[in-house]
Order: sequence, then C-alpha cells, then structure tokens
Amino acid sequence: MHSSPPDQNFLSHPKGLASWLFTLDHKRIGIMYLILICLAFGLGGFFALSIRLELMRSGEQFMDQDTYNKFFTLHGAVMVFLFIIPSIPATLGNFCLPLMLGAKDVAFPRLNLASWYVYVIGAAFTLFSVVTGAVDTGWTFYSPYSTQSSTSVISMTFGVFILGFSSIFTGLNFVVTIHKMRAPGMTWYQMPLFVWGTYATSVIQVLATPVLGITLLLLILEKTLGIGIFNPEMGGDPVLFQHFFWFYSHPAVYIMILPGMAIISELIAVHSHKKIFGYKLIAYSSVAIALLGFLVWGHHMFVSGQSEFSSMVFSFITFFIGIPTGIKIFNWMTTLYKGQICLTTPMLYALAFLILFTIGGLTGIFLGALGLDIHLHDTYFVVAHFHYVMMGGTVIAFLGGIHHWWPKIFGKMYSEFWGRIAFVFIFLGFNMTFFNQFMLGSQGMPRRYHDYSGLYKTDLFERYHGFSSYGAMVLGVGFLIIATYLIASLFNGKAASNNPWGGLTFEWATSSPPPTENFREEPIFKHGPYDYDKVLPENI
Amino acid sequence: MEQVVAIAGEEHHRGHPALAHHFHDMEQQHESIKLGVWLFLVTEVLLFGGLFCFYAIYRAWNPEMFTQAHQLLDVKLGAINTLVLIFSSVTAALAIRSIQLDRPKQTAMFLVVTLLCAATFLVIKYFEYSHKIHAHILPGELFAYTHLEGVANPHIFFSIYFAMTGLHGLHVVGGMVFLGFVLIRTLQGTYSSEYYIPVEMGGLYWHLVDLIWIYLFPLLYLVG
Repeated sequence: MHSSPPDQNFLSHPKGLASWLFTLDHKRIGIMYLILICLAFGLGGFFALSIRLELMRSGEQFMDQDTYNKFFTLHGAVMVFLFIIPSIPATLGNFCLPLMLGAKDVAFPRLNLASWYVYVIGAAFTLFSVVTGAVDTGWTFYSPYSTQSSTSVISMTFGVFILGFSSIFTGLNFVVTIHKMRAPGMTWYQMPLFVWGTYATSVIQVLATPVLGITLLLLILEKTLGIGIFNPEMGGDPVLFQHFFWFYSHPAVYIMILPGMAIISELIAVHSHKKIFGYKLIAYSSVAIALLGFLVWGHHMFVSGQSEFSSMVFSFITFFIGIPTGIKIFNWMTTLYKGQICLTTPMLYALAFLILFTIGGLTGIFLGALGLDIHLHDTYFVVAHFHYVMMGGTVIAFLGGIHHWWPKIFGKMYSEFWGRIAFVFIFLGFNMTFFNQFMLGSQGMPRRYHDYSGLYKTDLFERYHGFSSYGAMVLGVGFLIIATYLIASLFNGKAASNNPWGGLTFEWATSSPPPTENFREEPIFKHGPYDYDKVLPENI
Repeated sequence: MEQVVAIAGEEHHRGHPALAHHFHDMEQQHESIKLGVWLFLVTEVLLFGGLFCFYAIYRAWNPEMFTQAHQLLDVKLGAINTLVLIFSSVTAALAIRSIQLDRPKQTAMFLVVTLLCAATFLVIKYFEYSHKIHAHILPGELFAYTHLEGVANPHIFFSIYFAMTGLHGLHVVGGMVFLGFVLIRTLQGTYSSEYYIPVEMGGLYWHLVDLIWIYLFPLLYLVG
C-alpha cells in the first residue's frame, strides 16, 4: 500500500486551489461543503435577524409586508434547502463516514465531487431569485398562490429541484459505501451509531427526494404552460400539491434530525467514556423513524380539508414516531448514568440537545393531536416547535459534532474556555428567542404576520416578541464568538493529538489530520465502537 | 528488496487498470457500482411514481373524461413502439451476455441494434407528437381541440399524457447517450469479461426505460 510520509496530511498535500476544486478526497469535499454551508447559515441568519428586528415592536418598523414576506421565504428556503438538509451529511458525514468504516473513500468519489458542484449550481438558481425580485410564497411554495405569484418562483423552485440531485447523490453514495466498504471484520452491528443514523438519513434522501423533484417540475410546468393540474379553475386540485410536497418534506424533517441524533450517540458515549446503552435499539430506532416518517405527511394538512378519517390515521401514526424517539432519549440518558462525564464543549451541546430536542419533540406530539392542532395551527407555537427540533436539535448537534471532530479535521484544538462561553450564549439565546414563542402561539399570535398591531392582545404579544428579538441577538453573538475562536484556532490553536477525547472508533486511530489515504496501515477491526468496558483508550 | 517484491505482488493482485484506488478488488468495485445503479433506478421509479400517482388520482376522479380523451391517441403507433422497445430490451440483455463471453464485436452489434430501436421509438413518437400539435391537442391552457363536446377538462388527460411521455422521452434520449458512450468504449476494446460494468449499467437503465413504457402504454392508450 502506498502511504504518505508522516509530515504530509490531506490538508497540506497537494497544494493549490485547483487541487481542492478537482479533489476526489471525501475529506476535502466535506470541508468544501462546510465552507458553503456556513455561508448559507450566515445568510439565513441575516434574514432571521431582520425578521426579528421587524417584529421587535408592534407596527411596521422598517419592512413593508411584501418585503417581510420575501424575507421569511428566503429565511426558510435558505435554511432548509441550502443549510440544514445538506448540513451534517455533506460535511461531517462526508468527512467521518469512510474513516469510521475504515475505508479509503466513499464508494463513488467522482459522484461525491459532482454533488458539491450540483449544490453550487442549485444554490445559484435559488439565490438568483433574490436578484430578480425574490419569492413571497413561503418555503413551501403552496399552490394556488405560488402559481399566481408574480415573484420569481420558477428560479427558486428550479434551484431546489437541482439541489435535490445533490442530496440524492450524497445519499446514494453513503448507502453503497456502508453496504460495501466496511473494513474487513466489521459487521453491521459493529458500525458506529453515527453510521447507522447516516444510513437511515441516506435512505430517506434516496427515496423521498425524487418525489419533490417531480412535484416541483409540475409546479414549474403549471406556471409556464398552465397544465392545470394544480388549478381548480381547470379541474385541477391545489391540495394535491400539499400532499406531494409534504410526502417529501415530512421525511425531509428526518433527513434533518437523524444525522443530529447520529452525532449525539457518538458525543454521549465518547465524552462519558461508557459503552452506549442499547446499541441495537438506537440503531433500529433510526431506521424506524426513517420508515415511519413516510407515513405521517398528512399531519401538516389537518386544516386543508382532508377527510377526518385520514387525519385520524395520520395523527395516530404521528404519535407512533414518539416511540423510537423516546427510546433514543432514554438510551442516551442511561448511557450517561455512572459514566465518566467530561463537560467538554461537545458534551455540553449533547446535554443541551437532550433538553431542547425533548421539548421540541413533545410539542410535536401536541401538534399531532387533532383537536389541539386546530387551535395551534399556523401560530407561533408551530414556529417554536420546529425551531426547537431543527435548531435545538440539529443545529445544536451539528455544533457539538463540529467541536468533537474539529481536532481530527484540522489537527488543532479550539479554545475550550471560549467554547464554553459561546455555549452559554447559544443555550440562553436560543431559549430566550423561542421558548416564549410557545406562549405567543398558544395566545393566538399567527405566524407570518409582519405587523401585529391591532390584534386584540397586541401589548402581550409585543412583550413576548420584544424578548424574543433580544434573544436572537444573544444567539447571534454566540455564533460570532464560535466563528471567531474556531477560525483563530486554525492559526494559533494547540496541535491536536490523534485521539484527544479517547474515542474507540476508527477515525481516532489515524493521525490528526489524517493522511490523504486515510490510514497509513489498513485498519483491522478489533473491538466494538463503544467497548469502554473492555478497552482503555490512551489519554483518558 | 523484500518491500519491492511485496509491492509488485500487490500490484499484480490488484490487477485490472479499471480498478479504482479505493476498492480492494474488482468484485468489490463491481458489486458497489451495481448497487449504486439499482439505487439510482429506485429514484427513477419514484420520480415516475409521482406522475403515476397523479394519473391514478385524476383517473379516479374523471373516469368518463379519461375514456373519451384517450381515444385521440393512436393505439397502433403506441403498440408498435411497445414492441420496438421490448425488442430493444432483448438486444440490450444480449449485449451484456456477449461481453460476459468476451465477444466485444457481438456486443457492439447488439448495442447498435438497441440504439436503432431507440431511434425508431423516437421517430414514431415525433410523428405522434406532431399530429397532436397540429390538431391542438395540447396540455392545459394550450388545449384547443374542439371535437370533444360535453367532456369536462380533457386537457388534464393531455397534461398528464405529455408530462409522462415527455419525461419518458427524455429518458430514452439519456439512455441513447449513455449506450452510445458504451458502444464507443466497446469498439475501443475497453471491456472484457473481467470488466464490463458500464455495459451492465446501460442495460439495467435501458430495461427501466422500457419497463416504464410498458406501464405507460396500457394506462394511456388502452383506457376503458
């Protein structure tokens, strides 16, 4: 086997911009994704802060209603399609998955690079709509409004259609990699749980995304040729669009959260140095969530005129998703019990995930209840719920994962002191922003209003909204601190050891950062990924 | 010296020039690519699945309209096209079989026949489409055919017809491009019984294209 000299790693060699843009190395592609995804997060965050500033007081502040509609659409579309769907799989997944399996690369390195370029093209189309007048339909593009809106819906939906290919490429690549590229001796039940979570995610990416593709194509045809299938005047049905949209977009919610759960399994086991409790159940529950996720799309449509019987069935299956989710939460908590817990920054995020995701998940059960949903539908309660899941869940897990694998990716330690300070800002800022939105929603504040003066509880709403906007600023400061110390660590961070946390999975067995070929000697599977009862890693 | 021998031995073991660096052996590479192609075919089925779903819903809502509107389609041309595609599936399969038996010339011949069938399909489809366009039998708002009195919303049927056959037609073109590429590489002598995965990929994809048409034909041309 050809192996790099000890002073060469995948970052340092080969050099030059072209060697990055044409790289087939999964680690480099992961970093290229990380850069774009952070930019997308910054852009989505800018729209979010603008929205919060507009809502800080009742009455129109600095945006008229049309601008406001465009801003919340852009916030949603950028955060969902450009940031959160590719976030964990394309960055940490790309970097870690082959390493964790002891493989040299993903199964299809060229397809992997293609997915990055397709992402760039899709993002270009999506953002091109900003130049041509933006889109005011909300990120869901519901017909019939989207087919009538004069804003540049076509550019954005076509961009999302293209982004779908990028997502499918990543998913397909990962499924094949997991099936065929595991190190000699590694069975399915010896894979790290991060791999199981990524596997479940990839299955959804492969199975659900094509349906969104055809739906958006038909929407574009409806807008350009007037084919009529979403147009009630021509015998079409606009609600069909909602069915098809959510047939993808509800499973897409699990594309977003399953990788977050996958990270949490790693963080909790490694940072409490304890064998994970209920390995198989955590693995199965990921797959169960992925499959059940295909059967609940109708719970987005309780007030769209679907039959009461369908609503009942959808509501029932929605409750079922609580079971595998609950299994995971309990298994993680049991893993912590009597573990050697180190309150490192990644562990802090993992603990925050347990709290915030549980709140997000349980309020999801409230919304899945038929009677209650009629009251809460389209209020800030829904906004708070999905931000607790998406941000309190996925983004918090992503942050934890970034800190956990940062030493491996860049070979540098970040500042643990600033990491903990930033964590306090993020945790407090997040709860300040979103917890009171549960109250806002249950008091009847509708979502997507740019001005709430004249509503009958304006004074109350103003207090909650104002607090929420201050929270968003605290949150923003938290992210700035993180960006600062992470970037600073690249220049003056302490060199990281190969295994700073005492992990037992393969990626900690190679150097930090790894050589281009991942392992200087082919790794052989000797112990399970969490066998802390049998093996004592160095540096604990 | 020992090291050199070991490296040379390994190179020999790794063997074929088409083996990518990250696979252990040809078998692992072959199996991986095959699984990848099958997954890709799954995404294609789901893409068309959306359209089949639209078809089922609108047909269930408008059974009368579907029966009336489908009579504007030419069953004879549809049937010929079905036979052409089924025949091309056979030749695509034979192309794979001959390369497994190390007969690249035969493979090339079968690929040429497959491509000719694909072209025939498109030519027939072109005549069908141009006839529809002249008669103003078009999707949605463009529909201006006047001889379907008393039928509500026949344009919906043609929206679905054009969406399904149009998307299928694009897939035929895509298949031809890929099979054409495989043909060139076959003539260059790239493939043998040891390495023929692109031929197999082309064949699998072509079967899917045929299979979709085999469903489209009865659903669109033989309603009621």
